[in-house]
This record gives sequence, structure tokens and C-alpha cells, in this order.
Amino acid sequence: MFDNFPLWPARASTAAGNVDALFIFLLIVSGLMTLLIFSALIYFAARYRHRRGVPAEQIEGSTPLELTWSVIPFFVFLAIFAWGAVVYFKSRTPPRDSTEVYVVAKQWMWKLEHSEGQREINELHVPVGRDVKLIMTSQDVIHSFYVPAFRMKQDVLPGRYTMAWFRATKAGTYHLFCAEYCGTQHSGMIGSIVVMEPAQFEAWMSGGSTGPLSVTGEKIFAELGCATCHRADTQGRGPNLQGVFGKPVRLEDGRTITADENYIRESILDPGAKVVSGFKPVMPTFQGLVSEEQLNALVAYVKSLSQPGATPTNTAAATQDNSTAAGSQVQ
Amino acid sequence: MLDSTLVGLHHEEEHHPELLHHFADAQQQRDSASLGMWIFLGTEVMFFGGLFCAYLIYRRWYFGDFGAASKSINAALGATNTAVLICSSLTVVLAVWAAQTARRSLLIGSLVITMLLGLTFLGIKGVEYKEKFDEHHVPGASFSFDHVPIPGHPDQYANPRHAQIFFSLYFIMTGLHALHMIIGLGLFAWLLFMAWKGRFTPEYHTPIEIGGLYWHFVDIVWIYLFPLLYLIDRHP
Amino acid sequence: MSMATTTMQPVERENYLNKEYGALSWLFTTDHKRIALLYLMSITFFFFIGGFFALLIRLELLTPAGDLVQPDTYNKLFTMHGMVMVFFFLIPSIPAVLGNFLVPMMIGAKDLAFPRVNLLSWYLYIIGGLMMLHCMLTGGVDTGWTFYTPFSTAFTNTKIVEAGLAIFVAGFSSILTGLNFVVTIHRMRAPGMTWSRLPLFIWAHYATSIIQILGTPVIAITIVLVAVERTLHLGIFDPKLGGDPLLFQHLFWFYSHPAVYIMILPSMGVVTEIIACFARKRIFGYSFVAFSSIAIAVFGFLVWAHHMFVAGISIYAALVFSLLSYAVAVPSAVKVFNWTATLYKGSIHYDAPMLYAFGFIGLFTVGGLTGLFLAALGIDVHVTDTYFVIAHFHYIMVGGALMGYLGGLHFWWPKISGRLYPESWARLAALIVFLGFNLTFFPQFILGYLGMPRRYFQYPQEFQVLNVLSTAGATVLGVGYLLPMIYFLWSMRYGKPAPDNPWNAAGLEWKTTSPPTTFNFEEEPIVTWEAYNYDELDAPRKEGVPIAR
Repeated sequence: MFDNFPLWPARASTAAGNVDALFIFLLIVSGLMTLLIFSALIYFAARYRHRRGVPAEQIEGSTPLELTWSVIPFFVFLAIFAWGAVVYFKSRTPPRDSTEVYVVAKQWMWKLEHSEGQREINELHVPVGRDVKLIMTSQDVIHSFYVPAFRMKQDVLPGRYTMAWFRATKAGTYHLFCAEYCGTQHSGMIGSIVVMEPAQFEAWMSGGSTGPLSVTGEKIFAELGCATCHRADTQGRGPNLQGVFGKPVRLEDGRTITADENYIRESILDPGAKVVSGFKPVMPTFQGLVSEEQLNALVAYVKSLSQPGATPTNTAAATQDNSTAAGSQVQ
Repeated sequence: MLDSTLVGLHHEEEHHPELLHHFADAQQQRDSASLGMWIFLGTEVMFFGGLFCAYLIYRRWYFGDFGAASKSINAALGATNTAVLICSSLTVVLAVWAAQTARRSLLIGSLVITMLLGLTFLGIKGVEYKEKFDEHHVPGASFSFDHVPIPGHPDQYANPRHAQIFFSLYFIMTGLHALHMIIGLGLFAWLLFMAWKGRFTPEYHTPIEIGGLYWHFVDIVWIYLFPLLYLIDRHP
Repeated sequence: MSMATTTMQPVERENYLNKEYGALSWLFTTDHKRIALLYLMSITFFFFIGGFFALLIRLELLTPAGDLVQPDTYNKLFTMHGMVMVFFFLIPSIPAVLGNFLVPMMIGAKDLAFPRVNLLSWYLYIIGGLMMLHCMLTGGVDTGWTFYTPFSTAFTNTKIVEAGLAIFVAGFSSILTGLNFVVTIHRMRAPGMTWSRLPLFIWAHYATSIIQILGTPVIAITIVLVAVERTLHLGIFDPKLGGDPLLFQHLFWFYSHPAVYIMILPSMGVVTEIIACFARKRIFGYSFVAFSSIAIAVFGFLVWAHHMFVAGISIYAALVFSLLSYAVAVPSAVKVFNWTATLYKGSIHYDAPMLYAFGFIGLFTVGGLTGLFLAALGIDVHVTDTYFVIAHFHYIMVGGALMGYLGGLHFWWPKISGRLYPESWARLAALIVFLGFNLTFFPQFILGYLGMPRRYFQYPQEFQVLNVLSTAGATVLGVGYLLPMIYFLWSMRYGKPAPDNPWNAAGLEWKTTSPPTTFNFEEEPIVTWEAYNYDELDAPRKEGVPIAR
């Protein structure tokens, strides 16, 4: 509206329109309700002003009226609930094949890493029209990733991943706020989402990167000796990670869970928590030995092993690498 | 004017020395005291409830680790304490009956034995805590819980971080319970004093009754604590 | 009945105020009316402290940059504003002042069931308050009033444990008050005062007391866990040690959501009494209003995770809590409709209490409707943790609860003090409060939707105009609150002596003298009439036939 005095936030994602539609509907419903009640109040207050000789009429109540004005609002509320739930479901369900960006929040900045490897601090460049999924964790306290123009917000927790997704629809620069109080510079933990036209985005991407995140992860996988036990065949002391991501996994205790980002992360930091059926609980913990960024890279690498065409380049490295901790088991 | 024979019943009834001024009669005073204590116990249920809730959640998440930790606390002492508390509830019931039937010596004796049993409970608790301290199972800087196998999975060790959560909750829950026990002992000391001074009669012994309610509650909390904390995943 | 004289002080009958003099007679009183006044003084003190913090917050927010106070100081300001206002002002306010004063009288009793426990409640409140004051003066807390973990347990170095213990102690004050009310209402009603003849103020306080009894212990244990974790570096809520920060949020909100109903239900009870009196008729739908209070108390315990929709709970949990949050909105809506319907064919007077009641209905309606926005999952994702939420709860707490409290103070002031407050000033104050309030908080709805997060001391330039409007409103609001402070005090010495029933209102409390005697009633009343018998009160008097009631 006014440049210095906006009354409505920019609308820059597919979700924004949905949220605004529901909001406007609620504005109308609330407006009507308010009008109704205020008019009744004002009218009654004036019309039934105290007048000498005109006593008040004692009216006990009216059960039909009570039921009416309980049931009808309840159905209106149910409708609002349903609409809100639908909008929420959509905003919480990232489409398949979304581009992934890993986010690490810390007091008081946002660290982002594209799967292609570009790193950003307090800024996120994305192209118009692409589904972007954020895989987020915090290094310290609870933060919250909030982009008003996308009508998107998700708390970022220490110790686990939370997800959010959006598809930007309009080029421009939009506010990124931290929306969960996190200490001294909570108000300073802000940044920008820079939405670019696809061509410009490609140009931006080609400038400077450390290589795809999954390749970084592959290097760490080898450095930390993971390849020793997690071989690309059935001979390893640990499960073969080829194609594991996104599939159901049967555990020792009989449960079956889906191997998502949080499962991979937990398996690295707390391997005894969910032992795969048929394997011994011998994996050491890497708690304190890997940073959040390294964890993200490892997760990205394991995911890449489920992509069609993923070549298990680690097998060669694994057979060459004879870590002394492995003991005498061969091949 | 309102009919004065219906009104101000307390003018007509004998003014019992223990009847407080704002009550219409002794029955109202008794009923109020009783309802008040029940409601207070309700608040205590909610107070402990938060702890039980936290415990049940972590137990579900870290079942094996909690099993290992639970196995390391002394179930024999815990069971003894359970027996001690159940006996003390019996002596409390005895005390109430004694008050109701004007048996002053029995009343005093029951109160004394109840308190002795309570002290026994605390003493045994102290022994248990010392055991835990000696084994470095008290959460904090010197906590250690390495290479403790999970019950039923001899090749898997418990995660010390998760075991520490068990012990944190163990000490907080039993500690809070012990605190309530100590308060109960203080309460009963006061009841004993009043009983010795002859303040209780069959017409007025409300403090004994509501004190008894409190003691029974503390007992019941323990009856839930014991199996939850001591008996997870124990096999003969 | 003594007629008020306007020259000298009339000869005073003995009442609860002049029965005994001296500080000790107040500090060791067990008279529920004196305890109510002790509370009145203490909570007013904390109100001004919390209000002072609010003033500083609004001053800082005049400019986009953080230039008035240091960041840490600002963070402490909004934390202390919240903690003081919630725990030391709003939660006690109506129950401890008006409830304590009126509950026994309204049911025809001489005092509450446990007068000494009542005094203990006040002392616990004072001890908690002093602990909180000490905490604030020696550094304060900067976690936000919600003190989420792991920030509060493992990162901040402010005085969490002390503040937590202060709240813990004050929480027991709240529990004991609730316990006292429930037992009193069950056991000490005068003969003939059946449940369906109780004033709706009593029903509202009964429902509130249930929440206080069942909910407060949960925050108490949460505080204990946070204090122990922080002191001994345990890992119950810390992910680095295997704990879960969301467990804290569940435990915290399990109390703190019902707590908001502790803050609003009594105010609804006050408004009901005022509307009945100034419309001169029985409340429309008595049973529905009575049961809606109970329904709010029950459902209020089932909706806590609507504060956690973006916190990391599952989609399915979110669905359940959203649905239940809509359910709890229905009884509140029912109350608004019943109050409005009561005005129909009434005989309405516009004295100050009624103006506050009108203000309450208007502002509570807006606040409640915005709750519908927040309960909608799709919208909450955008507006949670923004100024939209701040506006919503201030509309309910300040526009609702506080206006109800002020209206109640005005309505029962003649009974409490034996004096009349100056009516014109009171009407002016009501108007100033209403206008100042809307100017302060309506812009915040817009700020929230625009995306301004809460707990920010610096913000993007484009939010400034709305913030300036809000601060302007806050200064007007402040004036509106100062006025009653001044004229209530003035009235205690210079106000016209009040008759026993200046409003010709229904209710047993109006049958006592103004101010009442220590034991309220000379003879225990026997009730043979329904509540809100305004038809009898307003019936034209026949010669020689006294008004029956």
C-alpha cells in the first residue's frame, strides 16, 4: 500500500495466497459478528434506556435460542477449522523432488547450505517457481525460521531436524526473522530471502561453491571410517546404506520405522537407540565428534545413495581403508 | 422479621470449644475440613502427576536404558520400605479409630508407632541414597554409568545420558516424596502433642482424620513410585 | 437507614474497617474483607511495576533502532512485564480482591471456610512478590515469561531459579485461594441458597477455583524441574543430554493455557452482575451462563498445544488441538450473546460500572474473535510469535479482564469502602481507558500480520508508524488507569458516605451495611428468592407493605 506504511504483507509464495484467503474470510466473518453484536448492544442500550414508570421485563431465557446460537457458531467454527487444516496440511507437506537447503541456526545467525554446496549466512537465494525444502536444526537454543512474505514459519530445534517448504512466486527480497526468543540478539537474527528469476539464479549459483553437499558428505564418510562397517555389500558389520533413505527399516525390537533425516542423524549421534534387525549394537557414537554442518553433509550423502544412478564410489575406498578398529574381519 | 428459631442455630447448640466462630455448627466445620483436605490432596496428585508424566514418556522412549538403570537400584530396600509404609497406614487407621472411641493411650501409641515407621522409611531411603552416591549414580559431575548391559540384551550397553535422566527423575521423585514424608512427620508430631494434651474427643478429632488422609496419600504415592521406579523389566 | 450528610463526618457505626485500628490488626486479621483490601493494595503495587515496564517497552519501540536501553535490558523488561502482570496481578486480581470480599457475603456466610488459610494465601503472595522484587532489583530474568528450555536451563545467566521460586510460592497462594472458595461454596451456603440461586459471580469463581486447584501444581512441578536442571546440569529438557525441550513446552502450557481462563472467568462473573443490576433484570439464560463457566474450565484443560503448532508437534496432534480450541470458543460466545440478550427490554442505566461492562463486551468480542484466527492452523503458522498474538491476548486480558476488574471495583466500592466514588470522573476514566486501549493494541494486529515478531526491540523501518500509534495509545491508557487510583483514594476521605444499597442491586452482599460489619450478617439469612430478583426490587412500593427482600 504505502511504501513506508504497509498495511498488508507482500505475497511471494504459493502458500501466501491460501493463507490470505482464509484470513480475509475470517476478517469478514469477524467483521459481521462484531457488527451484529455492536449494533445490538448500541440499539438495545439506546432503545431500552431507563425511563420512569417503564420497568424491565424479566425474561428467563430461551432454550431454542441458546441452542441456535451455540450450534450455528460451532458449525461455522468447524468450517474454519477444516479450511485451516487443509491450508496447514499443504504448507506442511513438501512436494517430492524439492530442492533441499540445510539450515543451521545459532545464536544469533542463520547458516544455510544448498545441496549444490553454496553456503550463505543470513541470506537465502532461491529461484522463482522452484519447490524449496528446508532441513533445519539448531546448534544451541530453539529458534524459528519465519518469512512473512511466504506466510511460513517453523521452529528450529536443537537435537533434531524440523522441515519447512515453500515455492516463491515473485522475485524480490523479503525479510527473514527469527521468531522464537533466543537471547540477547534475537531481534538481530534477521536476514533476507532473495528470490531471483531462474536465469539470474543459475548465474548466481555458478559463482563459488565448495561442491555438492553430498560429495562433502562422502569425504567425511570416508574420513570418519564409516565406510569400514557400512559397506556397499552384505559383508559389512553395519547395514548397507544404498537405497536406505526414505524406505522402511525393521529394527531389533520389532518396530518398523521410516529412514528419514532425523533417523540418519540419530543413528550417527545415538546408534544404540534404533538398532537394525540382524545387526549387533557395536556402532560407536559420534556425539561431540561431528559439527551440525558435517551432520548435514553426511545426511545429504546418505540421501544421495538413494538417488537413481547413485554409484557406490565408496566401495573402493572401503576395501582400501583397513581401519585397525575393525579387527580381523576381512572383505 | 425472620423467624429466630430457625436462625442462628449456634446460639442454641452447645458451643463446643473447638467450634470456630464462622461455622454454623460442628458438622459444617468437620465437612469443610474434610473437603478441604481432599481438594488439597487433589492438588498433590497434579503436582506429582507432572513428574509421573515426564517419567512415563522417557521410560517409553529409552526403555532399555531405563531398565538397566532401574535394575541397579535396590529393590529389596524399596520393597521393605513399601511394607513399612503400608504398616504405617494401618497404624494411622488405628489412631483414627482410637480417637473416635476415646482410647487416649491407643491414640498416642498409634501416632508414635506411625512416626517411628516414617522415620524407618526415611532411614532406609538414606541407605539407598548412600548406595547410589557410592556407585556414582547421582546425576552431576561425577555421574558414571558405563558398560552396564541392558536387561535382556547382554551385548548392548545402556546409554549413560539416558540412564542419567532415569536417575534425575528417580532422585527428584523419591526426594519430593521424602519431603512430603518429613512434612507428614512434622504434622504428626503436632498431632501427638495435641493428643497428649487431651484435645481430642469422639466429638472432635478432625485433625487426626485429615492428618490421616494426608498420610494415606503419601503412602499411595509410594505405592505407585515403587513398581514404576524399581521393578521395570526385572526378571526373576 | 442513615442519610448521608455533606458537612461533618457522620457518626460511624462499627464496621470491619473501624473495628480495630493499627497495623497489627490488619497483618494478623482473618476477616476476609480485610484480607481482600490487603490484596488490593499489594496487587495495585505490582500493577504499577508491570505497567512501568510496559511504558519502557513502548518507549523503546518508538524508533526502529534499539536505542533506549541495552538489548539485555529490553529482554528483561518484557520478561518481567509478563511475569509480574500474569502471576502477581492478573491471576490474583479479581479472585483475591473481589472474590475474597464478596464470596462469603454473596452466599450468606460469615467468612470463608478457612480464614487463617486465607491470610496464609496473602502472606505467600507477599513472600513470592518480595522474592520477585529482589530478583528484579538484582538483575532480573531475560527468558520471556514462558522461559522455554534449553535457553532457560542451559544458556541464559540471569536469575531463573529465583524468579521461578517466586512464582512457585505465589502459585501456592493461588491454589489455597481456589481451595478455600470451593469448600466455602460447597459447604457454607446459607439455608435456601441452592446452586441455582447462586449469583453467577459465584459460579464463575467456582469454575476459576477448579482451574487454580488442578492446573497450578503442574507449573509448580515444571518450575522445580527447571530449577533442578539448571542448578545440577541435568538433562530432562536439554537435547545435548538426551532430554526433550518440547516436554517443557507441554508441561508449561498445560497450566498456562488454563491460567488464561483463571484470568478471564472471574471478570465474566463481574460483568454478569453489573449487567443484571444496570439493566434491572435477571440475566438471560442463567443456566447456560452458569454451565458455560464450567465448560470453559473443563475444555480449557484440553487445548494447551495450540501454543505449539509450529513448535515441532505432529500434524495430527495439531489437528486435534485446533479442533478443541474451536470447541472452547463456543461457551465464551454463548456468554456474549446472553449478556446482549439481557439488555433486550431492560431498563438501562449508564453508571460507570455499566460503561466498563459495555467496554468489556466490545473488547472481549474482538479479542475472542481473533482467537478464532489463531486457532486456524493455516493462519497460526503465519501469526504465531508475532504481534498478532500480543494484540489478541491484551484484548482479552486488558480489554476484558482488567476492564471487568475496574468495573467491579466501581460497582462494589460503596460496599467495600462505605463511600461513593465521583461518578463523572469515573465515566471519563472509562472512556479514556477504552479509547487509549484500542489505540494501543489495534495497530498491533496489523503489525502482527505484517510479520513483526514479538520480543523484538529493533524492527524494520516500515513498522514504525504503527508502533508510534501504539505507544501514543499506551500513554493515554496510562492516564486512564491513574485516574481511578486517584479518585478512589480521594473518596476514602472525601467521598459521600454510601447507603447500604446505592444501586438497589440484588444479592445478599447488598443486605449488609456499607461497609459491612466484621461478621457480615446480624442473623444468618434464609434465602427464599431466586437470584436477580429485580422485579421485586423495582416493584412500586405499596403503603405499609415493606419491601419483602
